[in-house]
Amino acid sequence: MVMTDLLAVLVPALPLAGAVLLSALRRKLSATVAGSIATALIAISFVATVILFSGFDTEAGGRTVRILDWLNITGMDIPLALRIDALSLTMMLIVTGVGALIHLYSIGYMHDDERAPTFFAQLNLFSFAMLMLVMGSNFLVTFIGWEGVGLCSYLLIGFWYTKPDYNYAARKAFVMNRIGDVGMVLAMALLFHFLGTLEYAAVMEQAHSIPAWGLLAITLLLFFGATGKSAQIPLFTWLPDAMAGPTPVSALIHAATMVTAGVFLVVRSSVLFDLVPYTRDVILWTGTATALLAATIGLFQNDIKKVLAYSTVSQLGYMFAALGMGAYSAAMFHVTTHAFFKALLFLAAGSVIHALGGEQDIRKMGGLKGSIKITFVTFFIGTIAISGLPLMSGFFSKDLILAHAFQHSPVAFGLLVFGAVLTTFYMFRLLFLVFYGTYRGKAHAHESPLTMTVPLMVLAVLSVVGGALNLPHLFGGHEPMKHFLESAAAAIRSEEIELSASTEWILMGITAVLVFTTIAFAYGRFVKRTTLEGDEADMPLLKRLIAQRWRVDELYAALFEKPYGWLSEHFHSIGELRIMVPLQNGVGEAALRVGNVVRKLQTGNASFHLLAMVAGIILFLVITLLSN
Amino acid sequence: MNEGIITAIRVVPLEHYVILSFLLFSIGIAGVVFRRNTIIILMCLELMFNSVNLLLTAFSAYHSDPRAQVFVFFIMLVAAAEVTVGLAILVMMKRNVDSVDVNQLNRLKW
Repeated sequence: MVMTDLLAVLVPALPLAGAVLLSALRRKLSATVAGSIATALIAISFVATVILFSGFDTEAGGRTVRILDWLNITGMDIPLALRIDALSLTMMLIVTGVGALIHLYSIGYMHDDERAPTFFAQLNLFSFAMLMLVMGSNFLVTFIGWEGVGLCSYLLIGFWYTKPDYNYAARKAFVMNRIGDVGMVLAMALLFHFLGTLEYAAVMEQAHSIPAWGLLAITLLLFFGATGKSAQIPLFTWLPDAMAGPTPVSALIHAATMVTAGVFLVVRSSVLFDLVPYTRDVILWTGTATALLAATIGLFQNDIKKVLAYSTVSQLGYMFAALGMGAYSAAMFHVTTHAFFKALLFLAAGSVIHALGGEQDIRKMGGLKGSIKITFVTFFIGTIAISGLPLMSGFFSKDLILAHAFQHSPVAFGLLVFGAVLTTFYMFRLLFLVFYGTYRGKAHAHESPLTMTVPLMVLAVLSVVGGALNLPHLFGGHEPMKHFLESAAAAIRSEEIELSASTEWILMGITAVLVFTTIAFAYGRFVKRTTLEGDEADMPLLKRLIAQRWRVDELYAALFEKPYGWLSEHFHSIGELRIMVPLQNGVGEAALRVGNVVRKLQTGNASFHLLAMVAGIILFLVITLLSN
Repeated sequence: MNEGIITAIRVVPLEHYVILSFLLFSIGIAGVVFRRNTIIILMCLELMFNSVNLLLTAFSAYHSDPRAQVFVFFIMLVAAAEVTVGLAILVMMKRNVDSVDVNQLNRLKW
């Protein structure tokens, strides 16, 4: 038992050690050495996680590893403790496993960047924070990780800080995350107010004793916190801008791990959410709306990473829709498969960008399937996986969500199927425009080094077979992931699909037919003849609106930024310049003037001082006598 | 205490002792404040001490309480010690500024 505790502590401790070591030695190490150290550490973490996983007994439930007392005051005991159960193990496997592959990939991707050691230090720090987030045994430890990943996300988005745009994107991500964090903090405060504890186990046990309005407020606030981290409406606009960071960062933080923190948090608190159907509805419709909104924006984007970013937002929408329907294991399943294929797509996109010397505009690509074969094949696999072609990992996870939607609300089902069609369309548009047709750019494409292609191949394999992790009964499986997760969240046990087999086959058939039709349509549009988006000014109104991302950024600018700017301006010109500055200067000047007069009393003459002392004593005597 | 002395002290009314002490004290203060010679200032300090001693002795006699007179002895003792310090300062002052004029010590200012 002591052994497993040690391993559990080791998992987050190794990346932390790497972060400290690499930032201390960042001027001495070469990019390759620093990258190798970082990769090795996270790989060891992965091995430790696998050992923990293989020795984990679902019957026995989770274990809590108390590292040390943290806040231990009367009536309040919040330890620094880790929780090892099915849910945290699932997330740990993703974070360390996919994380290790992305670290490995970064060695090749960042080899000629002079600040590469800093990059790897921050990447390791991110891994540590993310592991704390998923392993925390109470809300507060999770919150440390939650803030930590936010910080690392900020640092890494703005990694190339000499470009003002990138700094702006980093700040935007940071500020929007902070807005969500307010929700999280308030939710924790309310939980503590009602229960006096923040331990997950204790909170879930006593959840029913919280009054209804309290539960409603807590769940809505927690969900608001999740929308910030997981880029849902209304706080999703930071994620596409976050693509300013190096591509491995986009893959690790903004696709595979950090953005799923919101999903994790909801599953972790599933007991609370199960008590408030209203919040679940809010989550369902927010998720569905986000899935559709982001998918439509993805249709007309011309930046390879932006398309993938909107796709991520859209897929996160699916996960939240699943959460809203109470399909927690389906959401976690989609988190897992999405981590595989979206990390793959980002890394492959990074390989394309690397091959073309930094080009990201798909209008200047095309015909690359001959020159960068491995990248093409892996990108192709990623595309069919996310589009949900039968038997790919995305097929199983997405169909599970769709089946739940069909059972829960036909409207949501219809919208989500439409979203799936859009997903297929924009992904195949991307694939066709980048790899098919004729090359429209100037740079000479060359295949990436082995450190980059090996992670691609591993992730490609996972994207294909990932569905086996939760193979449904229909395909002769036993939904192993669902059963595994049941030990961590009781709510998952009641999460059954009560559709007949034939209905399920029909649903799958419908989506499959739609997906294939869409692919054929995309093939005709982008391979038979290459349709490129022209200037936004020439587009019809609706299309222009979508291409301009529904003008959400502009809406927020008008709603929040402008009034805020106006307010700040006036606080400055009136409050600051007319009131505060004169007041402060006045106090200072008054002191100066009085001082100028009074200091003359200080003659330095001993007998004068004596005289003043005597006069003072006499004065006090007189006052004392008179006051009697 | 000797009864004869007490009777002798009580011959003079108490108010006279108070007035005398007050005058002596005032002279002392005036000397400290207005004279420039440091030696005179030290002497005036002694005068103030002794005016207080006189007052204490008078009260002691009138109240038949010997404790005040014990105080007087302590005060004289401390005054003796204080004079040595004062004179030492005086010697240092003479050596440093070659003067016993208290107005030479005017560097205690901004």
